[in-house]
Amino acid sequence: MSGSLSLRRVRKSFGAVDVIRDVSFDIRDGGFTVFVGPSGCGKSTLLRMICGLETVSAGEIAIGGDVVNHVPAARRGLAMVFQSYALYPHMTVFQNMAFGLENIATPKPEIERRVAEAARMLKLDTYLQRKPTALSGGQRQRVAIGRAIVREPRIFLFDEPLSNLDAELRVGMRAELTDLHRRLGTTMVYVTHDQTEAMTMADTIVVLRAGHVEQVGAPLELYNNPCNLFVAGFIGSPRMNFLDGVSVGQGAVEVSGIGRFETLATELPAGGRATIGIRPEHIRLDDTIGGRVSDAGGNRVSDAGGNRVSDAGGNHVSGTVAGVEQLGGLSYLRLASPDVTVQIAGQTGLGYGDAVSVHLPPAAIHVFDADGLAVGRRSP
Amino acid sequence: MAPSVLTAQRGRYAWDWTDWAAHLYLLAGVVLMFGPIAWLGLSSLKSETGLNLFPPTFLPYEQATVDAGERGKLRLFKVTEGDHQGETLAELRRIGRQAQLIDPAHPETIIRRPGAAREPVMQVRAAVENYSGLFSQFNFLRYFWNSGFITVVATLLTLLVNSMAAFGLSKYRFQGREPVFLLMLATLMIPPTIVLVPNYLIATELGLTNSLWGVIWPAVATPTGVFLLRQYMLTLPDELIEAARMDNASEWRIYWRIILPLSAPALAVLAIFSVMWRWNEFLWPMVVLSRSEVYTLPLALNSFQGELTTQWNYLLAMTVVTLVPITVIFAILQKHITQGIASAGVK
Repeated sequence: MSGSLSLRRVRKSFGAVDVIRDVSFDIRDGGFTVFVGPSGCGKSTLLRMICGLETVSAGEIAIGGDVVNHVPAARRGLAMVFQSYALYPHMTVFQNMAFGLENIATPKPEIERRVAEAARMLKLDTYLQRKPTALSGGQRQRVAIGRAIVREPRIFLFDEPLSNLDAELRVGMRAELTDLHRRLGTTMVYVTHDQTEAMTMADTIVVLRAGHVEQVGAPLELYNNPCNLFVAGFIGSPRMNFLDGVSVGQGAVEVSGIGRFETLATELPAGGRATIGIRPEHIRLDDTIGGRVSDAGGNRVSDAGGNRVSDAGGNHVSGTVAGVEQLGGLSYLRLASPDVTVQIAGQTGLGYGDAVSVHLPPAAIHVFDADGLAVGRRSP
Repeated sequence: MAPSVLTAQRGRYAWDWTDWAAHLYLLAGVVLMFGPIAWLGLSSLKSETGLNLFPPTFLPYEQATVDAGERGKLRLFKVTEGDHQGETLAELRRIGRQAQLIDPAHPETIIRRPGAAREPVMQVRAAVENYSGLFSQFNFLRYFWNSGFITVVATLLTLLVNSMAAFGLSKYRFQGREPVFLLMLATLMIPPTIVLVPNYLIATELGLTNSLWGVIWPAVATPTGVFLLRQYMLTLPDELIEAARMDNASEWRIYWRIILPLSAPALAVLAIFSVMWRWNEFLWPMVVLSRSEVYTLPLALNSFQGELTTQWNYLLAMTVVTLVPITVIFAILQKHITQGIASAGVK
């Protein structure tokens, strides 16, 4: 009973509306895959198609090598945890977990054994005789997971299971789910719109937008090498800074009103539109001295008024602070013109209206062409 | 709870005129609602003569009697004028304008008095024989059983059939779902009297006349019931059904184990309605049932009302007995009505 999953050119349309368009990817047995994307991107629909609650308009879905397009939901050997948990409100926790087993005529002792085991694993032992309404959000969540576990499925499907929990509980449940995955070793497919959940839990992330796959890969691969503007902007928080400009050849991009940036981009034809992207933590703050701004080497790059005087080749930009977020361990500076966010290690004394100069290291700059696709970079 | 309601007032220290007005208004409501019921209850305890008294009395009055050995029960009178004025005597017999009376203490002396010079001695007495007579003189238990059987069986069938229809119309998406539903609701606009004859012809064809099932079957599926249950079921989250489907539950099992228990408040409302409809139903049973052994209580009540005489005492007693079960059921289930209606609206 392999828990591998593969989708081949899968489509789904509701009437004239295409919700899923030509989705193909493979998930290995035992993996933890997260579907992530903005709301309305079709990730939940895709999950429902996999579990059999929605029909497939075209293409093939195979579980463990067998095409399951026409296999009813219950026979696919999957278990789903719903966003609303979908616990049966009139049944106790025990009955909730046992319901699926009763339906396949599992012997009573076996049901009791499996429920007890799942309850122990999820620390629900003392709540078995309670009704779901008498449980907290986190406990209900665990019952929903327990109901999935007792069925010993090939694949677990999670549909935004943590979205109803408060922030603190969510972090805790995230760790619990990762632990559970390690212990059970079963394939898990998880849908979320929260890229943090995706980054922290997944071993493979599938980024979806408007019904098609934008990129599939390990979390850090997506983070380090996003294949297009959407993925670059979606993965990472705070999001990557983008500046639109025009390619001026040899990897350089001229951003009107800001300046010219050297990048390591190859294959970027001169004259075309291009967007550069850089993550907040890669932007370096230059030393500021009494309103005058100089880079680390002491070269003056901006006059007292904050106007840029020189940045050619240096990728320096100056601007004024439009907002500061102090998180204690690190700080975010939001600059106005150019509109970029800068991450600073530790705490900062800068405040609203201060003039600062920042440096954008060429090696950290992602370049996207006119179609929004990432452009190849030479190694620094 | 009740005392604070009774003494609730608007004025902080004294009774405001609005308090008086409110309480008077409420009292009028109480009298209006419970007056007829109370009068019915008291009248059902009156003897036949008590019922015919004029002016009518509220309490069950009856002429007092005395047991005079071999002379049987004698009615007591109070002499209003003449020799024995003020004494209470028992009437032995009446001949023309003369009444022969005896003193119960000295039964051997017969006193003759003009009939006009005396008035009957009245006393309050509950004529429970009205009730016991129902059982001894009439086939009351038979009617009660018929009514009970029809009410219980028809209500169970109504709940089952209507909830299945409501489940289908609320939780399955199929072509023609809305038209079917609207068509069903449209039948509410047809007055029952219009389909009475066609229904009767069908019942005759099916051999359902003079059978309790002939009363039960035709009204088992009610548009009101389907509507009520469907609207409630629409509020049940689809995810529960999907979860059950993932849990290998068959569609029947989803209906039986998930949908039905969760629809309990709406089912309770429908159950109350159905019980009231069935228990009080008159026109259709009268058409279908013509033999007295299959009569329901309302039909039996009707049969007390003869062309020439009406046995009011039995009629009233039977009316009370007919009212009691429905009142008890309503009292038990009434909190579900508000609950069902409230929870159908919220959420």
